[in-house]
This record gives sequence, C-alpha cells and structure tokens, in this order.
Amino acid sequence: MAATLRNPKVWIFGLCLFPLARLIVLGGSGGLGANPIEFITHSTGTWTLIGLMVTLSVTPLRRLTGRAELVRYRRMLGLFTFFYASLHFVTYVWLDQFFDPAAIAKDIIKRPFITIGFAAFVLLIPLAATSTHAMMRRLGRRWQQLHRLVYLVAILGVIHYMWLVKKDLTQPLIYGAVLALLMIMRLPWGVMLLQSVRSRFVPARF
Amino acid sequence: MLIRKPGDILPSDITPPEIYRERRRFMRGIGALAAGAVLGAVPDAQAGAKLAGIRASTYRLDDEKTSFKDATTYNNFYEFGTGKADPAANAGSLKTRPWTVTVEGEVSHPKTYDIDALLKLAPLEERVYRLRCVEGWSMVIPWVGFPLHEIIRRAAPTGNARYVEFVTLNDPRQMPGQRSRVLDWPYVEGLRMDEAMHPLTLLAVGMYGEVLPNQNGAPIRLVVPWKYGFKSAKSIVRIRFVEKQPLTAWMRATPSEYGFYSNVNPEVDHPRWSQARERRIGEFFKRETLMFNGYGSQVAQMYRGMDLKKYF
Repeated sequence: MAATLRNPKVWIFGLCLFPLARLIVLGGSGGLGANPIEFITHSTGTWTLIGLMVTLSVTPLRRLTGRAELVRYRRMLGLFTFFYASLHFVTYVWLDQFFDPAAIAKDIIKRPFITIGFAAFVLLIPLAATSTHAMMRRLGRRWQQLHRLVYLVAILGVIHYMWLVKKDLTQPLIYGAVLALLMIMRLPWGVMLLQSVRSRFVPARF
Repeated sequence: MLIRKPGDILPSDITPPEIYRERRRFMRGIGALAAGAVLGAVPDAQAGAKLAGIRASTYRLDDEKTSFKDATTYNNFYEFGTGKADPAANAGSLKTRPWTVTVEGEVSHPKTYDIDALLKLAPLEERVYRLRCVEGWSMVIPWVGFPLHEIIRRAAPTGNARYVEFVTLNDPRQMPGQRSRVLDWPYVEGLRMDEAMHPLTLLAVGMYGEVLPNQNGAPIRLVVPWKYGFKSAKSIVRIRFVEKQPLTAWMRATPSEYGFYSNVNPEVDHPRWSQARERRIGEFFKRETLMFNGYGSQVAQMYRGMDLKKYF
C-alpha cells in the first residue's frame, strides 16, 4: 500500500480523473448551469487541449531538468488526453446531436470548426492504438514518426477552438501561445536554450 | 390584428413553481406594496422589486417559461464580460438611478426622459415572448414593458426618419467588460422604422413581474422577438431617429457574419454554424427553429420581396 502511494503514477492517474469527477459532482448537484450540454462540451474540450499541452511539455521539461524518468508518465498523459477527446466527441454525437447521422455528416462537411475538430480526433486514434510497448517495439523508428502527428493534432485543436468562438479570442490565443512556446522549445535553438538553462541552474546529479 | 394564438392550455396551467413561490413572497409583502400602490409610487427601483399595476396582455405563449434562475444567470451582455455567467457576476456595478434616455434626431419633439417618468409613460403589460440567441439556444421570457411605438408617437418623427438607432450606456467604470476591446463601444443597434413601430416591438423594464435585473439590461431594454437576441439592445441611454441605416456594433465587428436585419431564419445559416435547430434552455432535445422565431404571421409582410439570404 505504502509502495503504491509512493508511485507518482498513482498520483498522476488520480489527478487526471479530476476533470471527470468534477463533471460528475456538478452534474449530480445541478451545478452545470442553464445549458448543461454546452458546459460538458466546453469542459471536455478544454481538458483535451490542456492534456495535449501537458503531454507536449514532458520533453521540454525533461531537457530542462535532466530528469529522463519524466518520459515514463507521457503515455498515461497522452491516453488521458485521448480519453477526454473521446468524451468530447461522444458529448457532441450523443448529447448535442443525439445520433442524428445526417446532421452530424452535414456538420462535419459544412462547418470548418467541426471538420478540423473531427480530423484532430481521428488522428488521435492511431496514436492511442499504438501506445503499447509491443506496438512501440513492432514499429521501431516508424513509431516516433507516427507519433509526431500529435503536433498536428494540437495545432488543429487550437484552430478548432479559435474558429468556434463568437468574438472573444483571448482563450484560444492563450492555448495558441503555449503551443507555440512548446514547439519553439523543440527547435535546435530551443533545445540549446533549455540545456544552457539547466547547466546554469540545475546542479548535476551523481 | 389578431395576435392571440388560441390553445387548449391556459397560461395559468403552466405557471412554473418559482412564480408560485414569488406569489407567496408577494403576499407576505403585500402591506408595504399596497401602501406604495395607493400613493401611486413605483415601489423600488432596485432589481428584484415587484412592479405594480402590470396589465395582462394578449401576448401569451403555450410554451413553458424558462426558469427565472436560468434567465438571469445565463446571459450574453458583453459589457460585463464574454462568459455566460459574467453578467450575473459583474452587473452589480451598474447604477440604474439616476438614468436618462434621450430621444433625438429626426423628430419634431426631441426629449430626455428620466427613467422614472419613462416607467409611467404608458401602462405596463406582461408579454411572454420566445427569445432566440444567434448562438443556437432559446428561452421563453415573460417581459414587462410597453410597445416602443408609445415613445415614437410622442416624439413625432419627421419624414426623414427611416431608421431608429439604439445606444447602450458607455461607462467602463460601471461596465467592466468595456475595458476590453472585444466590441467597439458603445453598443449600437438599429431597426427600420416599420420594425420599430411594429406592435410586437417592446421596451422592457421588467421580467417575471419584477424590475429588470441588471444582467438582463436594466433599467430599460429593447425586445424584438422575431430577431436574434443581440438585436434587443440593453441598458439604453439614447434612441436616435436617422435617415441612413445605422452601423450596428456586430456589423462593425464581423460584417460577414452579422447583418442589419438578423431575423431568426432556420434557412439562412450563420457562416460558421447551422441555424436550423436550437436548444431551448431546460430541454434535452433540440427543437426546430421557427421562421421569424414563430412570429411570421405578424412580421413576414414587412420583408415581402426581400432576399433574406442577402439581407441576413
């Protein structure tokens, strides 16, 4: 038991369940407001974006701190992102459109923000499906190439948000800025910056 | 013109429980209110106070009314922030007394009304209207007010008056959302003269029998039930009669998405989303959006011969 509690994975797992638990508690207490379906749609969408950003920050954080073991939590963060993306998609198909295939097909073709969001969700599926150790071994170098799709998914996710708001772009632009920063930190210049910061402030570990 | 839509269900049959509760509260406070009524005073300027002497009107709906809580906590009023809960959270800083409304422009009798004089301009009546937001949700709200034509008639517009422009208060100290440049303040809306004169067009000073809450556009707002909600300007300080079509706040912000007319129309989509259906607040299933929000028999003739895809 004590060993289990010392495992950071357990804590991260619990933390990742917080957005779902919050929705359940609010739903049970009538706290989802006048338009509960809109609340759930926005909430699951927001947490998908946050999940993408957190997952994409693992590598820069690893370079900044020199803690290689951080990569061990990346898969769980990625799978939780896919979990919230799925909830977001199911909320749209079930609660919002109530399984109306004609309306959904028309939406996906006609509404650019739905098209983009749907594309991002579809692109996440192969990433989730190939997240196992066995698939990593089987795909070898191609696994990494495939998983670079997550950059595209994150960009599509931010555009999806940007195109759906009526007027106030503040929130989508914040996600866009965070994503831009995380991408810059992957460029050679950004990697050098992270390493020089580490050598200056983080003492070498023996 | 026959406005009443006959139905099997009497309005009294569908009164939601919160109205009953309000009635009980009303009974408890009846002494104080009766004293006010005898003196002919408007009981209290503050939101939540009962409005006295409201006439029942023939403008009724069989639709179930939206709950008072939903109608006062889920609002679009960018002057107090762009989130739906922002107006209820931030509108406390709005001072509705003293307040004046200036009627000016192409009129023979321009005048600046004090809000308390305006409340007595015409008998107050209750009208239950559908409200359809351009975002795809809708409500059913019992407004209290009088037709806009009551003011127009007294102002006596000149032959040059072809449009009416409505301007909302512009004061970032009272309206913190105006510190953000999300729209070009002040908020401006407009109607064509025949739309402004239409008997459905209401100047509302209350809802659910009470003084209008700040987040719903106190102390006085427009209600144009066959148009998308943003046409119904809130917290109005200026009504100006003009010759040229006013440039409204939303037309200035995104001309490709918001036109001058903005009539509810399930066949003309918003460029980014469908307007065919709507979610009535409080309901699970979406419902079909009605042409002119269900007021077509009363307003469609004003747009005869117009291409509504062009004049969206």
